[in-house]
Amino acid sequence: MPEITRRIRPPRALAVPYPLGFPLGRPGDPDGQLAVLRAALALLERMDVPVLEEIAEP
Amino acid sequence: MVRIRDLALSHRLFASTYRWRVIREVPAARLRRPLASCRVALVSSAGLVAPGDEPFDEGVRGGDFSYRLIGSDVDVQTLTEHHRSDAFDHSGIDRDRNLGLPLERLCELERAGHIGSVAPRHVSLMGSITAPGRLVRHTLPRIADDLIADDVDVALMVPV
Repeated sequence: MPEITRRIRPPRALAVPYPLGFPLGRPGDPDGQLAVLRAALALLERMDVPVLEEIAEP
Repeated sequence: MVRIRDLALSHRLFASTYRWRVIREVPAARLRRPLASCRVALVSSAGLVAPGDEPFDEGVRGGDFSYRLIGSDVDVQTLTEHHRSDAFDHSGIDRDRNLGLPLERLCELERAGHIGSVAPRHVSLMGSITAPGRLVRHTLPRIADDLIADDVDVALMVPV
Protein backbone atom coordinates (compact mmCIF):
# COMPACT_ATOMS: atom_id res chain seq x y z
CA MET A 1 0.00 0.00 0.00
CA PRO A 2 1.63 3.25 -1.15
CA GLU A 3 0.77 5.25 1.99
CA ILE A 4 2.55 2.72 4.19
CA THR A 5 5.48 2.24 1.82
CA ARG A 6 6.13 5.99 1.76
CA ARG A 7 6.31 6.00 5.56
CA ILE A 8 8.70 3.05 5.79
CA ARG A 9 11.00 4.21 2.93
CA PRO A 10 12.44 0.99 1.50
CA PRO A 11 15.12 1.80 -1.11
CA ARG A 12 13.18 0.57 -4.13
CA ALA A 13 9.53 -0.48 -4.22
CA LEU A 14 6.94 -1.18 -6.86
CA ALA A 15 3.25 -0.45 -6.30
CA VAL A 16 1.01 -2.83 -8.24
CA PRO A 17 -2.64 -2.42 -9.28
CA TYR A 18 -3.80 -5.63 -7.61
CA PRO A 19 -5.58 -6.53 -4.37
CA LEU A 20 -3.70 -7.62 -1.27
CA GLY A 21 -2.61 -11.23 -1.64
CA PHE A 22 -2.01 -10.79 -5.38
CA PRO A 23 1.39 -9.04 -5.47
CA LEU A 24 2.29 -10.50 -8.86
CA GLY A 25 -1.14 -10.09 -10.41
CA ARG A 26 -3.48 -12.83 -11.53
CA PRO A 27 -3.04 -16.53 -10.77
CA GLY A 28 -2.19 -18.53 -13.87
CA ASP A 29 -1.11 -15.42 -15.80
CA PRO A 30 2.63 -15.89 -16.45
CA ASP A 31 2.89 -12.93 -18.84
CA GLY A 32 1.33 -10.56 -16.33
CA GLN A 33 3.52 -11.89 -13.52
CA LEU A 34 6.63 -11.53 -15.67
CA ALA A 35 5.72 -7.91 -16.43
CA VAL A 36 5.61 -7.18 -12.68
CA LEU A 37 8.96 -8.88 -12.10
CA ARG A 38 10.62 -7.04 -14.98
CA ALA A 39 9.32 -3.71 -13.67
CA ALA A 40 10.59 -4.50 -10.16
CA LEU A 41 14.03 -5.55 -11.40
CA ALA A 42 14.26 -2.39 -13.53
CA LEU A 43 14.24 -0.38 -10.29
CA LEU A 44 17.76 -1.64 -9.60
CA GLU A 45 19.03 1.05 -11.97
CA ARG A 46 17.59 3.77 -9.73
CA MET A 47 19.99 5.32 -7.26
CA ASP A 48 17.73 8.25 -6.26
CA VAL A 49 16.32 6.25 -3.36
CA PRO A 50 13.81 5.90 -1.84
CA VAL A 51 11.92 5.10 -5.00
CA LEU A 52 8.27 4.08 -5.20
CA GLU A 53 7.07 3.45 -8.73
CA GLU A 54 3.57 2.54 -9.75
CA ILE A 55 2.78 0.27 -12.68
CA ALA A 56 -0.47 0.15 -14.57
CA GLU A 57 -2.43 -3.03 -15.16
CA PRO A 58 -1.29 -4.48 -18.50
CA MET B 1 -3.84 -0.26 -6.16
CA VAL B 2 -4.82 -0.92 -2.57
CA ARG B 3 -5.23 2.06 -0.26
CA ILE B 4 -5.72 1.97 3.49
CA ARG B 5 -9.29 3.14 2.95
CA ASP B 6 -10.00 -0.08 0.99
CA LEU B 7 -9.35 -2.30 4.01
CA ALA B 8 -11.89 -3.67 6.45
CA LEU B 9 -12.41 -1.38 9.44
CA SER B 10 -10.28 -3.36 11.89
CA HIS B 11 -7.36 -3.49 9.46
CA ARG B 12 -7.84 0.15 8.51
CA LEU B 13 -7.58 1.13 12.17
CA PHE B 14 -4.49 -1.02 12.62
CA ALA B 15 -2.76 0.33 9.51
CA SER B 16 -3.54 3.91 10.53
CA THR B 17 -2.32 3.64 14.11
CA TYR B 18 0.52 1.09 13.96
CA ARG B 19 3.99 2.54 14.55
CA TRP B 20 5.66 1.53 11.29
CA ARG B 21 9.43 1.16 11.34
CA VAL B 22 11.02 3.92 9.27
CA ILE B 23 14.28 3.56 7.37
CA ARG B 24 15.92 6.89 8.07
CA GLU B 25 19.16 6.55 6.10
CA VAL B 26 18.04 4.69 3.02
CA PRO B 27 20.77 2.39 1.67
CA ALA B 28 21.30 2.25 -2.08
CA ALA B 29 23.30 -0.75 -3.21
CA ARG B 30 24.57 -0.35 -6.74
CA LEU B 31 24.55 -3.22 -9.22
CA ARG B 32 28.12 -4.38 -9.66
CA ARG B 33 27.39 -6.18 -12.92
CA PRO B 34 24.61 -6.10 -15.52
CA LEU B 35 21.33 -7.66 -14.43
CA ALA B 36 21.80 -10.26 -17.17
CA SER B 37 24.82 -11.48 -15.20
CA CYS B 38 23.26 -11.30 -11.75
CA ARG B 39 22.15 -14.13 -9.50
CA VAL B 40 18.70 -13.38 -8.11
CA ALA B 41 17.05 -14.75 -4.97
CA LEU B 42 13.48 -14.29 -3.83
CA VAL B 43 12.55 -13.19 -0.32
CA SER B 44 8.86 -13.81 0.26
CA SER B 45 6.64 -13.06 3.24
CA ALA B 46 3.83 -15.33 2.02
CA GLY B 47 4.50 -17.91 4.73
CA LEU B 48 5.22 -20.68 2.24
CA VAL B 49 6.85 -23.90 3.43
CA ALA B 50 8.31 -26.78 1.44
CA PRO B 51 7.02 -30.33 1.95
CA GLY B 52 8.47 -31.84 5.10
CA ASP B 53 9.56 -28.51 6.60
CA GLU B 54 8.17 -27.20 9.85
CA PRO B 55 5.17 -24.87 9.39
CA PHE B 56 5.24 -21.31 10.65
CA ASP B 57 3.65 -20.94 14.07
CA GLU B 58 0.61 -18.65 13.93
CA GLY B 59 0.53 -18.58 17.71
CA VAL B 60 3.84 -16.76 18.24
CA ARG B 61 3.08 -13.45 19.92
CA GLY B 62 4.18 -10.62 17.64
CA GLY B 63 4.60 -12.99 14.70
CA ASP B 64 6.83 -15.98 13.93
CA PHE B 65 10.21 -14.45 13.05
CA SER B 66 11.80 -17.66 11.81
CA TYR B 67 12.55 -18.30 8.16
CA ARG B 68 12.75 -21.19 5.76
CA LEU B 69 15.04 -21.76 2.82
CA ILE B 70 13.32 -23.14 -0.25
CA GLY B 71 15.39 -24.84 -2.93
CA SER B 72 15.08 -23.58 -6.48
CA ASP B 73 14.23 -27.07 -7.70
CA VAL B 74 11.02 -27.33 -5.68
CA ASP B 75 7.66 -27.73 -7.39
CA VAL B 76 6.09 -24.46 -6.20
CA GLN B 77 2.60 -25.89 -6.14
CA THR B 78 3.69 -28.33 -3.41
CA LEU B 79 4.44 -25.43 -1.05
CA THR B 80 1.92 -24.93 1.74
CA GLU B 81 0.89 -21.52 3.02
CA HIS B 82 0.98 -20.66 6.72
CA HIS B 83 0.32 -16.91 6.71
CA ARG B 84 -1.79 -15.93 9.71
CA SER B 85 -3.31 -12.70 8.38
CA ASP B 86 -6.98 -12.40 7.45
CA ALA B 87 -6.38 -9.00 5.84
CA PHE B 88 -6.09 -10.42 2.37
CA ASP B 89 -7.65 -12.96 0.03
CA HIS B 90 -5.50 -16.11 0.11
CA SER B 91 -7.22 -17.72 -2.89
CA GLY B 92 -4.78 -16.30 -5.44
CA ILE B 93 -1.72 -17.85 -3.81
CA ASP B 94 -3.71 -21.02 -3.19
CA ARG B 95 -4.33 -21.33 -6.94
CA ASP B 96 -0.88 -20.23 -8.04
CA ARG B 97 2.01 -20.26 -5.57
CA ASN B 98 4.00 -18.08 -7.97
CA LEU B 99 2.01 -15.15 -6.60
CA GLY B 100 3.83 -15.66 -3.29
CA LEU B 101 7.11 -17.10 -4.57
CA PRO B 102 7.47 -16.52 -8.34
CA LEU B 103 10.12 -19.18 -8.77
CA GLU B 104 8.82 -20.44 -12.12
CA ARG B 105 8.79 -16.87 -13.42
CA LEU B 106 12.35 -16.33 -12.20
CA CYS B 107 13.47 -19.46 -14.05
CA GLU B 108 11.80 -18.10 -17.18
CA LEU B 109 13.70 -14.84 -16.80
CA GLU B 110 16.91 -16.83 -16.55
CA ARG B 111 16.13 -18.81 -19.71
CA ALA B 112 15.34 -15.55 -21.51
CA GLY B 113 18.70 -14.11 -20.45
CA HIS B 114 17.05 -11.30 -18.50
CA ILE B 115 18.85 -12.36 -15.32
CA GLY B 116 22.11 -14.27 -14.99
CA SER B 117 20.95 -17.09 -12.76
CA VAL B 118 18.40 -18.20 -10.21
CA ALA B 119 19.81 -18.57 -6.69
CA PRO B 120 19.89 -22.14 -5.36
CA ARG B 121 17.90 -21.14 -2.23
CA HIS B 122 15.11 -18.65 -1.63
CA VAL B 123 13.85 -17.16 1.59
CA SER B 124 10.40 -17.63 3.03
CA LEU B 125 9.09 -15.62 5.95
CA MET B 126 5.66 -15.37 7.48
CA GLY B 127 4.32 -11.88 7.07
CA SER B 128 2.16 -10.02 9.54
CA ILE B 129 5.03 -9.70 12.02
CA THR B 130 3.75 -6.91 14.23
CA ALA B 131 6.76 -7.02 16.59
CA PRO B 132 9.68 -6.98 14.12
CA GLY B 133 12.52 -6.36 16.60
CA ARG B 134 13.49 -10.02 16.85
CA LEU B 135 13.23 -10.39 13.07
CA VAL B 136 15.62 -7.48 12.58
CA ARG B 137 18.12 -8.50 15.28
CA HIS B 138 18.18 -12.27 14.89
CA THR B 139 16.73 -13.34 11.56
CA LEU B 140 17.78 -10.80 8.97
CA PRO B 141 21.54 -11.13 9.61
CA ARG B 142 21.26 -14.91 9.16
CA ILE B 143 19.32 -14.46 5.93
CA ALA B 144 21.96 -12.05 4.67
CA ASP B 145 24.70 -14.57 5.50
CA ASP B 146 22.87 -17.31 3.59
CA LEU B 147 22.37 -15.11 0.53
CA ILE B 148 26.01 -14.05 0.60
CA ALA B 149 27.10 -17.68 0.90
CA ASP B 150 25.07 -18.40 -2.27
CA ASP B 151 26.73 -15.49 -4.16
CA VAL B 152 23.42 -13.71 -4.59
CA ASP B 153 23.62 -10.29 -6.28
CA VAL B 154 19.96 -9.30 -6.06
CA ALA B 155 17.33 -10.11 -3.43
CA LEU B 156 13.83 -9.48 -4.73
CA MET B 157 11.22 -9.11 -2.01
CA VAL B 158 7.69 -10.33 -2.56
CA PRO B 159 5.64 -8.76 0.25
CA VAL B 160 2.42 -10.50 1.22
